[in-house]
Amino acid sequence: MCLGIPGEIIEINRDQPDLAKVSVSGVKRTINIGLLEDDPPLPGDWILIHVGFALSKIDESEAQAVLDFLEGIGQSYEDELAALRDSSIE
Amino acid sequence: MRFVDEFRDADKARALSAKITSLCEPGRRYKFMEVCGGHTHTIYKHGLEDYLPENIQLVHGPGCPVCVIPMGRVDDSIHIARQPDVLMTSFGDMMRVPGSGGNFFDSNAEGTNIRMVYSPLDSLKIARQNPDLRVVFMAIGFETTTPSTAMTVLRAAQEGLTNFSVFCNHVTIIPAIKAILDSPDLRLDGFIGPGHVSTVIGCRPYEFISRDYGKPLVVAGFEPLDILQSIYMLMLQLTQNRSEVENQYTRVVPWNGNAVALHAMSEVMELRPYFEWRGLGFITHSAMRIREKYASYDAERIFSLPGVRVADPKACQCGEVLKGVLKPWECKVFGTACTPETPIGTCMVSPEGACAAYYNFGRFSRSRVREASLHEHA
Ligand code: SF4
Repeated sequence: MCLGIPGEIIEINRDQPDLAKVSVSGVKRTINIGLLEDDPPLPGDWILIHVGFALSKIDESEAQAVLDFLEGIGQSYEDELAALRDSSIE
Repeated sequence: MRFVDEFRDADKARALSAKITSLCEPGRRYKFMEVCGGHTHTIYKHGLEDYLPENIQLVHGPGCPVCVIPMGRVDDSIHIARQPDVLMTSFGDMMRVPGSGGNFFDSNAEGTNIRMVYSPLDSLKIARQNPDLRVVFMAIGFETTTPSTAMTVLRAAQEGLTNFSVFCNHVTIIPAIKAILDSPDLRLDGFIGPGHVSTVIGCRPYEFISRDYGKPLVVAGFEPLDILQSIYMLMLQLTQNRSEVENQYTRVVPWNGNAVALHAMSEVMELRPYFEWRGLGFITHSAMRIREKYASYDAERIFSLPGVRVADPKACQCGEVLKGVLKPWECKVFGTACTPETPIGTCMVSPEGACAAYYNFGRFSRSRVREASLHEHA
């Protein structure tokens, strides 16, 4: 729950611009990007996601470093991804 | 099985470790607290203590939100879940946190409907789909998750949802650090500051630590090198007689935090006069509650709560562990009566809890630790 997981923005929801589809280690889900409204992310940008909300923008190399790190920690990251897979924010 | 994972850049880590060692004053012992449970996890997972000279000790802090939820609040949650037509949601980590009569799973076995969700926003969808149920999100977490709950309440209000509320258990990190600084049992030389909490609150709120207590704090990222780098920065400050707030994690943490998140939080929530933390007792202004303006989304106002304070189990020494006074393995029930499968205390429940982190990884680097503790007790 405290893990910040990196995701890549795929598309911004047209009807609700505070929602975006992201890809996290291949899992595609909708998350909320409202907390970044001062500097909204665009498709292709990387963000750090906490409990369904993008909390910060990061660059691609940071995203990769965080991913490597998370994949290394094993179970907790798998649990987080499983939870994300069950999520359906709309 | 490999004990301590060699991480990427282990060479760089060794180089940092040499720099850290070179800054140690002979004969002086250093104690740094890593406030955040995520850091504790990295430290044990990668055996970072093995990279540090013996006279530097890392002490685990209270920054694991699951660990600090007192029994009484678990009991209150179950009480709400037992009310007619209630469907409760919470994060997966919460499910095994023991209350006085069992945890959420035990409660579900007796008929309540408490579901795990990934995001508070998932609870909104459940509420929309189940208009005849009262959906209550049991919210926990430090400032990393508080804005998410606040945004969810704002969204519910915008949609005019009437069957959704929040049982707010959000805590704030600054008063906990202050309580530790004021506690007489522990002498610390500096802090490794939490990374993700700081994305929200920024670095300024820590300034009292350097100003009033003369201790350095370095906000750090979560990778092994980040932590070693921040220890190096702390040591550098100490050798140069500085006590400042520094940001090692500039890649993610802006000095001023996230204004939108702070605004959402203060729109929806306000500080409670006091809140009980498991093991630490009551701390003033250390948690958030829903403001009057959003009363119809506040489960504490909708349901009358028993609010009974329940003492922690006798055997449990989580309070000492959360304050950094005891190392996990020094607790009498560690690894015997208390394991991640059968946790007695909360520090064993969450992967960010010091006891769970140590149980899962730490025992493998025990030789080093045993040496250190022999040293201490000598
Ligand atoms: S071993 Fe269990 S009871 Fe003891 S401090 Fe850790 S979590 Fe608490």
